[in-house]
Amino acid sequence: MSENLTKPENQVYKKTDVLTDKVMHYCPGCGHGTAHRMLAEVIDELGVQEETIGVAPVGCSVLAYYYFDVDMQEAAHGRATAVATGIKRVFPEKYVFTYQGDGDLAAIGTAETIHACNRGENILIVFINNGIYGMTGGQMAPTTLPGMKSSTSPRGREVETMGNPLKITEMVATLPGTHFVTRQAVHTPANVRKTKRALKKALEYQKENKGTCFVEIVSNCPSGWKMTPVQSNKWMEENMFPFYPLGDIKVPQ
Amino acid sequence: MTEEIIIAGFGGQGVLSMGQILCYSGVMQNKEVSWMPSYGPEMRGGTANCTAIISDDMISSPVLNEFDTAIVLNQPSMDKFEDSVKPGGLLIYERNGMTRKPKRTDINICAIEAYDTSVKMNNTKIFNMIVVGGFLKIKPILELDNVLKGLKKVLPERYHKLIPLNEEAIKKGMEIIEVEHKL
Amino acid sequence: MKELRLMKGNEALAEAAIRAGTDAYFGYPITPQSEIIEYLMHENPVDRTGMVVLQAESEIAAINMVYGAAACGKKAMTSSSSPGISLKQEGLSYIAGAELPCLVANIVRGGPGLGTIQPSQSDYFQAVKGGGHGDYKLIVLAPATVQETVDFVKLGYELAFKYRNPVMILSDGIIGQMMEKVELFEQMPRENKDYDWATTGKKPGKDSVIVTSLQLKSEDQEKVNLRLQEKYREIEKNEVMYETYDCEDAEYLFAAFGSCARITRKAMEMARKKGIKVGLVRPISLYPFPTDAIYELGSKVKGILSVEMNAGQMVEDVKLAVNGKTKVEHFGRFGGVIPSPEEILNALETKIIGG
Repeated sequence: MSENLTKPENQVYKKTDVLTDKVMHYCPGCGHGTAHRMLAEVIDELGVQEETIGVAPVGCSVLAYYYFDVDMQEAAHGRATAVATGIKRVFPEKYVFTYQGDGDLAAIGTAETIHACNRGENILIVFINNGIYGMTGGQMAPTTLPGMKSSTSPRGREVETMGNPLKITEMVATLPGTHFVTRQAVHTPANVRKTKRALKKALEYQKENKGTCFVEIVSNCPSGWKMTPVQSNKWMEENMFPFYPLGDIKVPQ
Repeated sequence: MTEEIIIAGFGGQGVLSMGQILCYSGVMQNKEVSWMPSYGPEMRGGTANCTAIISDDMISSPVLNEFDTAIVLNQPSMDKFEDSVKPGGLLIYERNGMTRKPKRTDINICAIEAYDTSVKMNNTKIFNMIVVGGFLKIKPILELDNVLKGLKKVLPERYHKLIPLNEEAIKKGMEIIEVEHKL
Repeated sequence: MKELRLMKGNEALAEAAIRAGTDAYFGYPITPQSEIIEYLMHENPVDRTGMVVLQAESEIAAINMVYGAAACGKKAMTSSSSPGISLKQEGLSYIAGAELPCLVANIVRGGPGLGTIQPSQSDYFQAVKGGGHGDYKLIVLAPATVQETVDFVKLGYELAFKYRNPVMILSDGIIGQMMEKVELFEQMPRENKDYDWATTGKKPGKDSVIVTSLQLKSEDQEKVNLRLQEKYREIEKNEVMYETYDCEDAEYLFAAFGSCARITRKAMEMARKKGIKVGLVRPISLYPFPTDAIYELGSKVKGILSVEMNAGQMVEDVKLAVNGKTKVEHFGRFGGVIPSPEEILNALETKIIGG
């Protein structure tokens, strides 16, 4: 028997109870785990675990309901904000969030995303943008950058034939229904803290029925991008951030 | 008693509401009723028709090809439904706007000048109630009291003040309908 | 004194939805069923019962909103007509897979494609065989009157919650658009039940509730399927509904459902006047199908004519039911054309009696 080295008085960090003990299936270096943790910590700190209902998408975070220890529903591909609308309309007093990737939110679910935002549904939409379809093996996403290689754009995304990457976050910011729209990242401690503040603000606005809050998190995909975690974060800073600049896009007046 | 009626005319002549009023009156008289509108593209401004069935027994088909009575209010409707009247049945037509007379000789035919009468009464909106009156004169299947009760059900409350006018129109229709061909 | 009204099928369905204690209706306009959402918006049931009515951006969004509300343990419904119901099939498959209760009305119009806005029964296969992907069933109720439309809203919710399964009211443009006398049931309260399968917020000391139709292991997905199949056998045992008319002395039999059964009844009356001994069986629950009853009836007659407003769909289930015991033929008009009683009678005489 080895001695238990962790003593309560030495503890500097503890996993929030809003995350389960289940080992996450995410690839090493992927931003999903950190994004999950920030959202879970915010739910914990606001003390709303029992009043929160989440919606998982189809994509890498399809199993998010195994990791968040809150009641959750699994939506059909792209339909998370419609499902969240159904929940919020019958439970207006609950906290409702969707957690969606770029393919789910900005390709197959574009109509649901735009219209939920335009109706100003009092929900939090967490949008993980890594510019690729991770779950299905690295195909081109609506947010894949021009020239960026994927398994369905093997010579790089040619915008002439494959279209342009979609800045859906800027689009929803123009809609009167959105209250708070921001773009964040989780690859450095400073960014993690900013993301957490944004998520917290969003849930606080939800309590006040302010409208849709939309938090994009630009993330990496080491597996899909075929890079090491460190390389992928550097590539993200150099390529993704210029196209998807971080910061608040719409802040409450 | 079973009376199967087709009512057809231009949109705006009150064709659909005539059928509804007859049916609601039937309900007031403890009859079985069904009302089926045509709801094709023609309902956007063109011709409109509805089938109204009033019966002592349970009604099977709400859609029919043959009718006891056809009430036709314009020429296209006469062209379409004259042949659908059962032998021995009844055709009522509005004279205004018709370019020809009915051809059938094996049915009862009545004409009414409901439009001109409504103009004389200074209210073309009661046109359809004049026709209802004419029909009930020839086929007294419903009592006037029940028709007025039916009207109350069909009309929104704010129009209930118009019920005496509608009653007048029904009575006028009973007066002016002319039998053109009687078997 | 019971409340008697003259109502359109669509309006009656909407009123029944309010009275049945529906928590949320999500829909999208399409002819010939737009009166449902129009009536609801006009009635503004949020003032009457607190019921939510929302016009969604698409039929797809609407059915997924139903999913969200149903997974909260609420009485949720949507309605549409054929092309819109096709769009809902993905959502229905998820709802069936996640074993959620809900009510869907299909006021069928002629297809395929954009088709026509006139009445049809050409969505029979789609309704009774599942409709979307995967091995699942909807409970399908086919009203033939406005009254049944109203009654099936109430019954539909009962069955949906009893089996945690989507229920479809398969109506058509005739029943939706026609007006008939209808007796409305009294307002039922909206229930505020906290089902253990519903996402209502995690309870302290209990596991969180997860509503999903996803299994990672094929063995687990097979277990889900076995459970579903067990449920369907239970439904087949308990919930068969049908009606017969004049079958006692019948030498021939009509089989027809919904509005078409009424037209066929007229044809039956005409045939009886001519001395033809023909009866009518009207399946009311299309799934579960009255297989045993039709086998029994079919064994006693010389032939069955399945009359449908489609190119021959229910006839396949009738054939499976009689299993070769007697001759089965189909007569149908389609694409929105309504068969006349005269041509139905003619089909009986040529295809069954003379054939």
